[in-house]
This record gives sequence, structure tokens and C-alpha cells, in this order.
Amino acid sequence: MSANGSGIGASVKRKEDQRFLTGRGRYTDDINLPGQLYGYILRSPVAHANIGGIDTSAAMAAPGVHAVFTGKDMEGVGSIPTGWLIHSKDGSPMVEPPHPALAIGKVRYAGDCVAIVVAETKRQAKAAANLVDVDYQELPAVASIEAAEADGAAQVFDEAPGNVCYDWEVGDKGATDAAFEGAAHVVSIDVVNNRLVPNAIEPRAAIANFDPATDEYTLYTTSQNPHLIRLLLGAFVLGLPEHKLRIIAPDVGGGFGSKIPHYAEEAILTWTAGQLGRPVKWTCERIDAFKSDTHGRDHISTAKLALDADGKFLGLHVSTKANLGAYLSTFATCVPTYLYGILFAGPYTTPAVYCEVKSFFTNTVPVDALRGAGRPEATYLLERLVDKAAVELGMDRVEIRRQNFIREFPYQTPVALQYDQGDYDATLDLALDASDWAGFEARRAEAAARGKCRGIGISTFIEACGIAPSAVVGSLGARAGLYESGSVRVHPTGSVSVFTGTHSHGQGHETTFAQIVSDMLGVDFAAVDVVHGDSAKIPFGMGTYGSRSLAVGGTAIYLAVEKVIEKGKKIAAHLLEASVEDIEFENGSFTVAGTDRSTSLGDVALTAYVPHNYPEGLEPGLEETAFYDPLNFTFPAGTHVAEVEVDPETGEVDVVAVTGADDVGRIINPMIVAGQLHGGLAHGIGQALLEDCIYQDDGQLATGSYLDYTMPRAADLPSFNINHNTTLCTHNPLGAKGVGEVGSIGIPPAVINAVIDALRPLGVNDMTMPATSQRVWQAIQQAQG
Amino acid sequence: MNDFTYHAPTSLDEALAALRGAEGAKLIAGGHSLLPVMKLNLAAPSDLVSLAGVPGLADISDDGDSVTVGAMCTHAQVAGSATVQGRIPALAAMADGIGDAQVRNAGTIGGSVAHNDPAADYPAACVALGATIVTDRREIGADDFFQGMFMTPLAGDEVVTAVRFPVPSRAAYAKFANPASKYAVAGVMVADGPDGVRVAVTGASGDGVFRVGEMEAALAGSFSADAVAGISVSSDGMLSDTAAGADYRAHLVTVMAKRAVEACG
Amino acid sequence: MPTVTMTVNGMERSGNVEDRTLLVDFLREHLGLTGTHVGCDTSQCGACVVHVNGTSVKSCTCLAAQADGAEVTTIEGLANGTELHPMQEAFREHHGLQCGFCTPGMVMSAVDLANRNPDPSEHEVREWLEGNLCRCTGYHNIVEAVRAGAQAMGGGS
Repeated sequence: MSANGSGIGASVKRKEDQRFLTGRGRYTDDINLPGQLYGYILRSPVAHANIGGIDTSAAMAAPGVHAVFTGKDMEGVGSIPTGWLIHSKDGSPMVEPPHPALAIGKVRYAGDCVAIVVAETKRQAKAAANLVDVDYQELPAVASIEAAEADGAAQVFDEAPGNVCYDWEVGDKGATDAAFEGAAHVVSIDVVNNRLVPNAIEPRAAIANFDPATDEYTLYTTSQNPHLIRLLLGAFVLGLPEHKLRIIAPDVGGGFGSKIPHYAEEAILTWTAGQLGRPVKWTCERIDAFKSDTHGRDHISTAKLALDADGKFLGLHVSTKANLGAYLSTFATCVPTYLYGILFAGPYTTPAVYCEVKSFFTNTVPVDALRGAGRPEATYLLERLVDKAAVELGMDRVEIRRQNFIREFPYQTPVALQYDQGDYDATLDLALDASDWAGFEARRAEAAARGKCRGIGISTFIEACGIAPSAVVGSLGARAGLYESGSVRVHPTGSVSVFTGTHSHGQGHETTFAQIVSDMLGVDFAAVDVVHGDSAKIPFGMGTYGSRSLAVGGTAIYLAVEKVIEKGKKIAAHLLEASVEDIEFENGSFTVAGTDRSTSLGDVALTAYVPHNYPEGLEPGLEETAFYDPLNFTFPAGTHVAEVEVDPETGEVDVVAVTGADDVGRIINPMIVAGQLHGGLAHGIGQALLEDCIYQDDGQLATGSYLDYTMPRAADLPSFNINHNTTLCTHNPLGAKGVGEVGSIGIPPAVINAVIDALRPLGVNDMTMPATSQRVWQAIQQAQG
Repeated sequence: MNDFTYHAPTSLDEALAALRGAEGAKLIAGGHSLLPVMKLNLAAPSDLVSLAGVPGLADISDDGDSVTVGAMCTHAQVAGSATVQGRIPALAAMADGIGDAQVRNAGTIGGSVAHNDPAADYPAACVALGATIVTDRREIGADDFFQGMFMTPLAGDEVVTAVRFPVPSRAAYAKFANPASKYAVAGVMVADGPDGVRVAVTGASGDGVFRVGEMEAALAGSFSADAVAGISVSSDGMLSDTAAGADYRAHLVTVMAKRAVEACG
Repeated sequence: MPTVTMTVNGMERSGNVEDRTLLVDFLREHLGLTGTHVGCDTSQCGACVVHVNGTSVKSCTCLAAQADGAEVTTIEGLANGTELHPMQEAFREHHGLQCGFCTPGMVMSAVDLANRNPDPSEHEVREWLEGNLCRCTGYHNIVEAVRAGAQAMGGGS
């Protein structure tokens, strides 16, 4: 690979910015189709009720109304599926109850879809929805894990006794128990991983259309993975063949996991468009987004770490209870299992690790992936526990980590993963240096003089991303492969269209992927465009999540480019009257090795499409597709350091410094990588200090708008100090690992460790996320007696 | 949001006539209190009468021992006014901390006082500074004007035209904001004015703005943060939500009072 | 239905709309100016920020009728043809945007700040942006972009 001004490693300005900056982005709600009607989704106002009956007559008679459909109308339609089958400890499959797109007989959370009202205008649809008379016969609700597992708790599903979906485990329990028996020290911790609302700033939206002339359905939707939606909606819910169902995810205003799942609204809209033969549009209001976008996290855990007399980790035992919400969303079941339990080796050589996870149905919004998905939960628990161990053993917080680091690779963990490469000392040293860890006590003293309690916290972590090898995930219960496709079309005059099955909703793929292709083919960056988000244009795709787009999708593109080059060599060999083996390709030129005889990619492309003088038996055209199925997860790693100041009078926590030292593998565009890290850090600090999705006992959302759910704002955050130490992933040709989730995985425990460090002089030794002002103040009050 | 008839009168008389012309008519100034509740269908007036086109309601004047702020002055105008900054800097600073930049560009002092949101900042400023609310027909002292959550003595067809603030010798406002909404959880204005020291609290109580007599007395004796540090208000009747329970709010009132006194210099 | 008339991005535009029509709906649905976005219903997110008579306001909390006769500038009206406004250019240069959804409101808000304060500090920028939520960038690059954009604007536009 050659480095040039716009090639790999350059902070190229983004191609997508011109349209976004001038208001020419095309988001789903910006699209209007001729003859379009508007759908309003009527949602359950109560968390749990039998539906005695629904009277739609008044709504039907309201001005402008074309149709009102309820669960009964859609009864023949398939259930919204989940993507991952988990087995319990005893080998039994998880309980997998049906999820009707529109509720049938029962509603299970406040926000459950009850009816769609279709009218000429948005206002008419909404007004008419108020006239739908639903007889809700309220039932007791279970709005938390504690409520779900209580004796005599209400049952979300009859087929799930005790509201348990599965009781899963990973690791060697016997070996782990044995490790504790001989241990010099055992350190325990209880942690809660707070429930979050993803809050992409673009609310979800969809427009469905049906063309009776072709029997073809088209769905514009705010999705991170249009092909996955086609698969789930087409094959499982509506029974439509792929060639008659086109999914378009145009510009999408952020996802963070909440736009992965196949949502009921997508099925309702598409089915309704088929019924009416007209386009139907729906745009979620924020107030409804809070109670219908999948939520994230929501774990309660207890864990213990066994250590020898010198602080060497001997064994880790984790018991977690996870809240899955009212229905099983697309990735819901794998997030607290295969994206969580297998992370517990962290960067440490702990020889015995065991994790058990019991997951519960509750009368709350379904829970699914949210930036990091499982890995933040694991990292938070582990890094809080390691910090606590350091304190209890009287050890230095840095040294206890360092002395347990993995240093030999590949490293097989006791919880299924094999790390291919890493250098945890390097990122630790970098972070200590960049954060001036050694100089902290002076800053603490300076803050104390101002009446502030200053603390510093650290987290050393690995993550598993770039998901995922299909055979591995298939053996673990995934119902799809997690490969990716890439196509590279070199046009006759040498410009290039790249088609990727990943989806960019902020990540800058249109730029990063163009850099790769431009660099490899030696064509001008401006001559490469990346196409994504349309199932009719892209061969196939699994989409963007789990920090997979570069490592998996980028590699597919890389392989497609290699195929293009291979074919180009054959054409060039013919033009140059040389043997294919002698053709070398570099900087856009095919050259006969050791000579100055060469031809350009442009000439080769033109020849491929005007094949008058052409190799015998070779197909015309210069377009190649590659599917890439990764050989392993990738393992970004790093050290995050947070420094906070607490106002002991108000409990207010101010994050004053954040330092990241990360190993994210090969960096294609440092500017974009920094942006991804910043965003993840903000999300992680939001979880640690501000964001809390709180349900009342009756299943009503207490934090259901921006008036009471605290989104991180500019003034809540500091500037971030970002540093890199790169080791390359060994099993993809780009050496790429992934960066989109690093911040939200690494920083929350560093922040909470810093808060505890700040408050320890006041007698506070524990803190629950989010460390809100009130919670911190209460902890100080309690400690001071 | 239900539909309504929008009126854009160009004189106070026209505005009053429009207000009287329909039973469900309401005034709209900047709209930043009213439109949010209308969007949530928590209010559904039949008519909206805009004061934007009525001349003379957006002036700020220095009257010597007082400053008069026209009802249609936006928070940004008050914050940026050389007159207010020079005569009552605490009021300018308070206005500069209301909501966010766009709220300050549109929201008005008249709209804010007429709405009397228990978490709004202006009620504390008005009460602590001993302001007078001027309407089309009378003048009402702040102590009598703010009558509990969303309650004022304004008649249905009465228009706030200005608020007159006596110039204090010193004053300051300290606010602890709700982290999500940025409304006051506890906002305390301390003012040493012509009527002595006044301490007014917004955001904390379910009854809206209130004065803390004990703190006022203590500060009259010794105007220092220490004087109020030991004085706590009861948590009875305090608001409570996910961000701040009653005890925490009560505690914050004392802390903010202390800080306001400190900020008085 | 009543008629509202306003100058939008330098052109006089009229429409017959219900009195309850919000300015953002008038811009998006009647004028097809979909660069102004709606991200919430409680006046917090700022995706809908436009300029009315030169100052930034939330167009979701403003009636079209209230802007009758006003000069309105939306994100579509900022650039000079294909040449980006200095604030837009600064956002591009400093990677102050990712998914682009909050961007129009963020840029319009930033231009208002720059018009008042040609050299805002980091602290001033962060405080000013209280009414603009971004979930992608962590604000770091937005803050850099706004400071650079303000300087590039040379203290007013």
C-alpha cells in the first residue's frame, strides 16, 4: 500500500460532509412519495394488560382516515423474530415467546404497538388514534429484574415461568471454584449496570410502498443493516421473497445499536402499504422513541475475584441478572451472553473464569445492543472489581493491573476467546504518561485548596469486536452468518463505485472505504464513490454494528479490489504481450516486471468494457465482489484514565480530564478514528454520570423525555486527550480492529473509579452509575453519618 | 396540537380586544412556555394573541432608583443590556443563565412571569429584588404576584407590560439546574435592596417561589455566607423527581443561598 | 387558511397554513427545506435551529405565524453556491459532524454565537451549545470547529 495525500493513514476530509453541511442529506423523514398516506402507531399507555376489545369505528369515521388496523387484522403475519438462540446450563433452549407486530390479546409494555391509524395527514392520523377505544384490563406489571424474579411476580409470558428466558453459563465452574479454595484473598463486588436509552438524534422513521404492477415492496427505514431487515421482515414476518422486497436505509442520523433491530413498525408499515396499495409514512416522535426504541444495558451482578498473596489473579466468578424487556429483540439474547461473558478474562491472565447469566422478561421496552453491547457491562464490572482488589490488598491500582497482564500471544482465554495480538503495557504506559498520572497528587491538593475533591481513575480493557466468524457464532446460536460483502466496479473510464453491505450512519465509510480503494488502485480519491444502504444495489450485507465495518466490511472490499487487480493483470498481460506472472501492479499502473512497459488501470478498464483486443476466454467488464467471513474476533485494547472533581456540598461531579490510549489496529483515517473515540467516550461518560432510564414500579417510564433523561451536553464534557499505540490484527489483511465502541467500553469504570478515589477521603467506598449529583451527595451524607 | 386562531394585533388595545373576543384566548409572547405545553396537548387555547407587534413593550429604561424592563424583552436582551448589566448585574447574569441560547433569544420576561413556572428563574429575581409587575391596568408587587405553581392574580384579559426592578446595593443569583431540563432545582436570589435583604428561592418548592425569612434576618444582621450556612429550610412541600428528592432540594437551597451571598462580594 | 409570508434564504416565500403550523413544519413540508431537522418534541435537541431576523431560534418552538414577515435563514441558505460558509467549512475541516442530523442546527447556532463573539473560548462555546444535542461527536470536534469558524468569520457575517 502506498501512502499518498488521500490514502491509508491520511486524515482525509469526508466526502459525506458537503451534503450534510448544506442541508442536502436525505434522511428517511425527508423523503416523500407521491400519493403517500401517514400512519400513526397507537401505543399501549399501560405496561401490562389484557386487551378486552378494540373499537376502531370512531377512528375510522374521523376525517381523512383510510384505515385502522389492529393485531387481529395482522394475525396471519409472522412473529417478529430474534436472531440468536441461547441454551441454558441444562441444555434446554431459551424461552422464545411470540412477538406480534401489533399486540394480540395482551400488551406487555408501555409503548407496545396496538394499532396503526392511516390518514391523509399526520395530524389526522394522530387525532383519529385518540378515538380508538381500547379496553385495557390492567394486570400487575414487573418493571425490574428484582420484580420479575420475586415470588408471585406477574408473568410476562405464561410460557416463561419466573419470567426467566434462559439461565446461561460460560467457563469452567469447577476450576473456578477450586481457584477460590486456595486463594489468599477474595474480593467481592455488587454492581448495577444502569439501563440507558440510546437516543440517536434522528428519531426512527419509515416509508413503505407496494407496487401492484410488480408485486414489489419497498421500505425506506432508519436502519444500520438494511439486508438484515430484508431477511427478517421478508423471510420471517411477511413471507415475502427477497427479490420482491427492497429495503433502503438512506442517510441515517445515528444508530448506536438502536437501529439494528427489526422493529414491529417496519412490519406494520410494509404490511399496511400492501393492504392499501399506497405508500405509508411514519415518523416517530421523541416521546414515543423513548418508549419504543430498544434500550440498552440493565444488569445486576455480583462477582468475586480470587487472588494469591502477591495480588496475582487466580479466579473470577460472575453472576449476572439481565433485563431483556418485554420481547426478544434482534440481538437481545446474545448481548448479555456471548458479547458479555466471554469478555471476563479482560487483558489479564486469570486462569479460571466462570460467568453465569440469568435473563428475565419484564414489562419494559425490549433491550438490545447499545454502543458496546455487553462489553461495557463486562468491562465495568471487571475494572471496578480490580480497583477494589487493589484497595483491599493495599496495592497500587496500576501495578495490580500490570502484573496480571497477558503478554504472550496468541492467548487462549478460559472463556472461549483467543486473542491474536496486543501490547497492554504499551497502552498503559502511554496513558499514564499522557494523563500525568504521576503528578496527580499535586492536582488533588490544589483542588482541595479550592474545596473540591479530586480523584483519578483508570481502566485497562480489551474488547472483542469485528463480529464475527460465522461458524463460531453459528455454533453458539446465531441464526445468521456475520460475514460481509464488498463489490468494486471499475467503470470504463476508470472511476470506481464501491458497494458495501455495511451501513454508514456517521462512521464515515464513504470516506474511509474510498481511501482504501483509492490507495490500492492508485486512482484519485475523488474518483471513488461508496454506495451503501440499498438492498437493490448491494449484493448482500450484514450491516454496521459491533465495530465490524472496517475489519469485516473493509476487508471484503480489500479482497474485491485484489480480485479486480488480478483480472486487470490478465488484461494488462494481453495488452503488453507479456505473461500474467510478470505483471506487477502499483500506483495505478500494470508493469511488466523489470521493464518500463506498462499500461494504466484506466486503459485496462476501458479495454475490459471495449474488449476488441482482449484475452481469449476472459469475461469482459471489470467488477468484482468478495464476501469476507472473519477468522476471529478482533481485539482492540487500551487504557482510559479519567480525572474528576467533586463538589462535596452539592455532589456535582465534573469530569476535568479524560485520557485514552488505545490500540484499535490499523488506522485508515486518523481524523475519523479520533471522532469515533470522542463519541464513545461521551457516551460512556453519559452512562457513568448522567444517563439513567428509570421505570416506576407500575412500568411507566419516569425518564421519558429530554426533560428528565440527561443527555450529555457540550458543557458536561471536557476535551479528550486521545493517544494510540498500534498493533495490527493478525487475521485480516488491513490489520484493522475497530474503534466505534472503544470509548463507551473503556471509560465508565475509569470515571467511577475516579469518583470513588475522590470521595474515599470522605469515607465513600462505593458508587453506583450514574453518579448523579444527588447520589454522590447522599453517599457523602451516609458516609459522614 | 389543536388548531387555534392566531391574532397579531399592533396595539395594546387591539390585543385586549382580541383577548376579550374569545373565551379560550391566551397571550403569546416568545412562546417558550406556552408552545411546549400546547405541543404536548396540555393546553389548547382557542385563540392566541401575539404581543410581538405591539409597540413599546420591549424597552429597557434606567429610572434612577429602578430599572424597568418591557414585558417583551427577551432573556438575551436583558442579559445583554448595558443598563441592566450596569445597574443590576445580578439580573443580567440570571437572564444569561435561563434555558439555552435559543430559549434566551425567544423567551421573554413577561411570558416567564405570567406563566409562573415553579422552576423558572425570574420569579426568584422578581421577589428578591422586590420588583413590581406592571400590567395594562395596575401594578402588582412581586410578593403578591407569584401565588404558587402557575398561579398569578392576572385576569384572563390582563397584559403584563413591564417589570420594574428597584436597584439593589448588591445582589446575586445562584442556581443548581436540573441536569436534563436545565430548569432550576434550587435557584436562590439574594438581594440587599431598598427594603432590606431578601432571599427568594425558585425551583425547589411545589408552591413556587418563596422567601426564606430566617436567612433574610440573619443576613440583615451579618451579610456573610456564614450567616446562612447553618440555616436549613424544611423539605416538607419540596418538589421531588428523579434528579432531586425533597431532602436534596432543601439542602441545595442552603448551599445556593451561601453561594449567592458569596457572589454578592 | 391564513397566509404567511417570509423571506427565506433571501427569497420571499408564502404559504397557506393552519395557524398552529410550526415554523419547522412550514420549512420542511411546505417549502421542502428538509435541511432543518426535528429531533425532539420538548425544545431541547436543537436540530431545528434556524435564524429568524438574524438570531438563532428553535423552529420547533415557533409558529410559522410568529415568523410572518421575518427574515429566515436555514442551513440551505448559508453557503454561497457550492462555496461553504466559513462555519460550514470549519465543521468539515475539524470533523465537527458524523451522522449529520444535528449538524444543521449546530451550525446555525454556532453562526449566531460567532456573530456575537468573534473569538469564543472553549468554555464559552460549550456553554453556548447547551441547546444543541449531538450523540456522535462527543462535542470535542464541534467545539474546535466553532472556535475556528468564528475566527474565520472574522467577527460577523
